[in-house]
Amino acid sequence: MHNYTIAELVKGLQSKKFSSVELTQHFLSRINRFNGQYNAVITVTADQALQAAYLADQRLAFGSAPALCGVPLLHKDIFCTKGVRTSCGSKMLDNFIPPYNATVVENFEQAGVVMLGKTNMDEFAMGSSNETSFYGPVKNPWATDCVPGGSSGGSAAAVAARLAPGATATDTGGSIRQPAALCGISGLKPTYGRVSRWGMVAFASSLDQAGPMARTAEDCALLLNCMASFDDKDSTCVDLEIPDYSASLNKPVKGLRIGVPKEYFSEGLHPGTEEAVRKALADLEAQGAELVEISLPNSNLSVPAYYVIAPAEASANLSRFDGVKYGYRCENPKDLQDMYCRTRSEGFGEEVQRRILIGTYCLSAGYYDAYYGKAQQVRQLIEQDFVQAFAKVDLIVGPTCPSPAFKFGSKGDDPVAMYLEDIYTIATNLAGLPGMSVPCGMVEGKPVGLQIIGNYFDEARMLNVAHQFQQVTDWHRLMPEGIS
Amino acid sequence: MIIERHEIEKLATLSRLSIDEKTITDVTERLSSVLDLVAQLQSADTVSAQGIFRPFQVAQRLRADEVTEGNHRDEFQAIAPATDNGLFIVPKMID
Repeated sequence: MHNYTIAELVKGLQSKKFSSVELTQHFLSRINRFNGQYNAVITVTADQALQAAYLADQRLAFGSAPALCGVPLLHKDIFCTKGVRTSCGSKMLDNFIPPYNATVVENFEQAGVVMLGKTNMDEFAMGSSNETSFYGPVKNPWATDCVPGGSSGGSAAAVAARLAPGATATDTGGSIRQPAALCGISGLKPTYGRVSRWGMVAFASSLDQAGPMARTAEDCALLLNCMASFDDKDSTCVDLEIPDYSASLNKPVKGLRIGVPKEYFSEGLHPGTEEAVRKALADLEAQGAELVEISLPNSNLSVPAYYVIAPAEASANLSRFDGVKYGYRCENPKDLQDMYCRTRSEGFGEEVQRRILIGTYCLSAGYYDAYYGKAQQVRQLIEQDFVQAFAKVDLIVGPTCPSPAFKFGSKGDDPVAMYLEDIYTIATNLAGLPGMSVPCGMVEGKPVGLQIIGNYFDEARMLNVAHQFQQVTDWHRLMPEGIS
Repeated sequence: MIIERHEIEKLATLSRLSIDEKTITDVTERLSSVLDLVAQLQSADTVSAQGIFRPFQVAQRLRADEVTEGNHRDEFQAIAPATDNGLFIVPKMID
């Protein structure tokens, strides 16, 4: 059953080929059997899952259940889940049991989706390797001495290892697309404002966006149909009509103009990754798409701009963790200042503290204009690059990451080396655009991701192209060894 | 760009973080490396871009000034480190 896609599971559930309880038991048993190898799941909600599956089977028996009713899913541990620990990968929230559900979680719960548990992640979503989690690193199912990417590495590894057919994730600078690429699965970051951020622990509020991970683009479309909703509780959620993302998957790509940014094929791109991406572009061209070389001239400034804006927002967002209302509090504080400082130093890991310090620096008196103001201006230049590109093309396609999964510890001493891992993904977050990654090849036994960037709210077209690509390729069907 | 040790100490105070003596050299080096990266922004010609970026130029939506949530004090205090009689308890501030 674990080799079925979500689309196939939906058919199986609706035709009573298997029940949701059987399906849930199967995935719980896989988590029990394999999770020790990968550390992808940090909370398993077995009793709750079986109860939800039982209720889903009852709804399915009545014949009027929503499309995803009875399908098991994992949630990234950044989404608040009522009564279930939401740690955000941090000691700071190790004891945090939210009294409410995030809107994303609520949407899936209303649709009868069964939560199997919560996935591991970089602490507060700050990382590109999952090495910053308080619960230890996640291992890449394709090569367990390598990282799965981050910050949604637990979700990506769990889907790749068939511990769940799909998972929720979030993306602030590439945290859906980069781990999806490194683990050989499909993942989509929607347009900023498409999916509610309410109940999602905030990292950088102007960049954070939730999205789905699954093995295929078709499954991502099914999950996005449920995730996307207008939410009055998130003031940045956009009230625009939400299409049926599954409806246009079968449109031919013939005649589509695909932009290929020359800056994404320059120094630093692994030759094997480039070869796989070029081959994927040729596959799309063979299907009738027209390839157009474009330029995103300010893309080299996206990483520097991001590492001002994201830490600045993080330093403000994370000021709420002070040991007063919830989460970790240090032992025996001697006064209030001591409680604040020790709670935060003991509760946050090294990378989170580093980003708080950078953000505080960039926002402090005398530096604000030079750093934060300048980064905001550069952000507009990056957006203008995309606006000009989308005047000429329908989609932009290139590599998701500069290289395949790297070994644990190989970028540990230099934060900048790690930050450059997101060089191709960050610009879309800065511009608020949607982006996705689909598997497009293998290098040194590890997967390569193809990034598809769309215009604002054009997720349906991205999913269409990704689905059509997956009709003529088999990269998304490959499975890591040892998990059959 | 080199950030000075006293600046790190000031940032730590502003950020309510304690940085111990053993790690302050490492923190200083790594922060300097990140500030070198972000210093590249200074070379950008941003004459055509002013103000604060807004994704797709949509104005912030405002909601009506109405109460939409009931009182959840007991639920919220149930997960607090220390409470007493409906209050969040912190170390004594004033003698």
